[in-house]
Amino acid sequence: MKKRLSILFSLTLVLSLFLSACGGFQKGNESTGEKGKSGDKTADVPQELRINIKTEPFSLNPGLANDSVSSNVLNQTFEGLTRIKNGKPELAMAESYEVSKDLKTYTFKLRDAKWSNGDPVTAKDFEYAWKWALDPKNQSQYAYQLYYIKNGQAFNEGKAKAEDVGVKAIDDKTLQVTLENPTPYFLELTAFYTYFPVNSKIAQKNPKWYTNAGPDYTSNGPFKMVSWEHNNKIVLEKNENYWDAKNVKLTKIEMVMVNDTNTELSMFNNGELDWAGMPTGQLPPDSLPKLKEEGKLHVQPIAGTYWYKFNTEKPPLNNVNIRKALAYAINRKAIVENVTKGEQIPAMAAVPPTMFPENTKGYFKDNDVEKAKEYLKKGLQELGLKDVKDLPPITLSFNTDDQHAKIAQAIQDMWKKNLGIEVKLENAEWAVYIDKLHSGDYQIGRMGWLGDFNDPINFLELYRDKEGGNNDTNWENPKYKQLLIDSQKEKDPEKRKEMLKQAEAILMDEMPIAPIYFYTNTWVQKENLKGVEMSGLGDVQFKWAYFE
Amino acid sequence: MLRYISKRLLYMLMSLFLIVTATFFLMRAAPGGPFSSEKQVPPEIEKNLNEYYGLDRPWYIQYFDYLVSIAKWDFGPSFKYKGQTVNDLIDEGFPVSFFLGMESLLIAISVGILLGVIAALKHNKWQDYAAMVFAVLGISVPSFIMASILQYFLAIKLGWFPVARWESLQHTVLPALALAATPTAFIARLTRSSMLEVLSNDYIRTAKAKGLSQGQITVKHAIRNAILPVVTYLGPLSAQILTGSFVIEKIFGIPGLGSHFVTSITNRDYTTIMGVTVFYSILLLLSVLLVDIAYGFIDPRIKLAGGKKGE
Repeated sequence: MKKRLSILFSLTLVLSLFLSACGGFQKGNESTGEKGKSGDKTADVPQELRINIKTEPFSLNPGLANDSVSSNVLNQTFEGLTRIKNGKPELAMAESYEVSKDLKTYTFKLRDAKWSNGDPVTAKDFEYAWKWALDPKNQSQYAYQLYYIKNGQAFNEGKAKAEDVGVKAIDDKTLQVTLENPTPYFLELTAFYTYFPVNSKIAQKNPKWYTNAGPDYTSNGPFKMVSWEHNNKIVLEKNENYWDAKNVKLTKIEMVMVNDTNTELSMFNNGELDWAGMPTGQLPPDSLPKLKEEGKLHVQPIAGTYWYKFNTEKPPLNNVNIRKALAYAINRKAIVENVTKGEQIPAMAAVPPTMFPENTKGYFKDNDVEKAKEYLKKGLQELGLKDVKDLPPITLSFNTDDQHAKIAQAIQDMWKKNLGIEVKLENAEWAVYIDKLHSGDYQIGRMGWLGDFNDPINFLELYRDKEGGNNDTNWENPKYKQLLIDSQKEKDPEKRKEMLKQAEAILMDEMPIAPIYFYTNTWVQKENLKGVEMSGLGDVQFKWAYFE
Repeated sequence: MLRYISKRLLYMLMSLFLIVTATFFLMRAAPGGPFSSEKQVPPEIEKNLNEYYGLDRPWYIQYFDYLVSIAKWDFGPSFKYKGQTVNDLIDEGFPVSFFLGMESLLIAISVGILLGVIAALKHNKWQDYAAMVFAVLGISVPSFIMASILQYFLAIKLGWFPVARWESLQHTVLPALALAATPTAFIARLTRSSMLEVLSNDYIRTAKAKGLSQGQITVKHAIRNAILPVVTYLGPLSAQILTGSFVIEKIFGIPGLGSHFVTSITNRDYTTIMGVTVFYSILLLLSVLLVDIAYGFIDPRIKLAGGKKGE
């Protein structure tokens, strides 16, 4: 028996030895060591920022990325022809540019800039990166962001050759871009990550250059990636080879991946993070009122709209007056104040105020129950119904999420109280839900849209074509469509804006969607952190950030 | 013994095949795909993607290819994380989950048995009551609440440990405690009741009559016999701890495999779902086998039957 016991003990011993040698733990040791080494050498405040990016980025190859986590990293490590500052594109990799008279050809002169490994950034790096993303062989999900370039779409669909695409490196420092249409927001687009350059020398040699940190992962932005522990942490350091390095004060950015809102806030409160909340992370909704009360909460409106989509082919939502009645009878202010609590702006328009400032007011009155009742009466008449009780129950769908559920319950209640309409709620897991919406198997469904670039067209074009991928409402209006098509060719920005306004007015009159609120970013930060640049789209840049 | 093990291994292979097949078809039956998103990709791009991942081929070819690649232990590229293969995800995530799991198991086994033994020896005294109050708490408080409580008191209020993350040994303490709470309590209760039963047996009285000390009796005679139910529980427990740590990994921001187990399903990340399922199934089957083998060592009366009875 003694022998057996000793076997058991030795097994335990072996197990514990094995455990202490285990990989996960050793990794931890390395990183703590790293922390110690790179500690504060100057007597000043350490310029090291710690933020949470929630999850592993989809991809840190600008041509493959299609999500906000990746963009929050790429915006620090890479740089396009322009960079957004104070809401406007300013020259970045480009030193100057010229536009042809028809606004279709841009010629960029590049500045003397280097990659993080010292290679020069050339026009060819841009040409390579854009054509790579457009190449159908390369599975870029965001290739369509480059469809503004001449033959971009055709090449991506296999109907044109790479040579036909309207981007050419004339020489090392000159990049010529030809567009399909005069695109007034093209300069803005060149700050978007799909338009970032890629070190073509390395990428051609090593097609997997972007999968790990290392000598092959080069970037041209203010920061370079020095370590990437998948699903755990990304460490960026100041890129000394960056052309504007003298204006970069942060020496290090540590991006951890913690996908729990409560933990994120606790880490901030415990001094383990310098920033918690959007746009890189998220705060628990329930904590917002308290943080606001304490004066810690930062709020910024961003280019995003939360709306309900009506399936205009499913009765009774095929009736415009019923749709209007439903949209008018929502008390948005109550939802924003009692449910979402993040100082969102009640939306009575589709395009966010970051693009049309006058849209804080919108096209109709919030919670206009009287008007709603009139529209309902009219709608019922048109449908040949005597009373609202004859209306079959309507199903309101949303994807599984606490906040969506609460909003849906509130609106269900408002429609019942204000109009007497019975509404059934139906929730589904995300992938199931999105499938139902895209296939038209719904009556009313929630959705949100966050702008990819700061132009109203990004919101309006969603409803241009009935068959358009993101429309879902089955609504199409010839006049609306024509206005948007014409606006693409309009060279006068004022006239163009007028056309887009007219289009939005049609959308808000026909109501294939009921806007609910405009999104905001909410976050807390160390008060001595300054110079963080947040664009109207809700992107964050730490290029100019510093600790006081 | 050898015959028994080889027979069990054969059964394992068959179960594994059934699991792989069921997962494959259930997964494909679920609506939605890996590329469905709020911003729908244009159809031509979706076509390119389906082509790249072989999703445009008929199901039986996909199924067959999949069986072949599993046999080669190659789970393919992840849909969700570009440039990473499912094997990478497992190689990176599993050691972390394993470390955390083993730490919690060690806590659960050592503390649980200790508490159970104390409670049994001090039957109906305050030590017994204290241990059982602890056990009831441990069983009834869900691990994510336990995690928040530990974070609040030990990290934020007392500052002894970091709130979250996976950096040093110190970082592992809170998640391991949170994960171990329920099994510790369970083991304590199991040990207590079987110890009480054992202590009332004749041979314990004989040992006492022979003049052995309480310590000797407990260690040499009682615990050894009382531990069997605990060992039975260890098989499913280790599998449960290794797979079920998803919530704890999420709350503490731990880069383990548990998160992939759950998120890959919501992402419809087909290859990751399959890879992680196969991996965990093997783990579960193995741990059950190990427990069965361990019985024989602890209680020689239990024979591992290979073919004929009593062999």
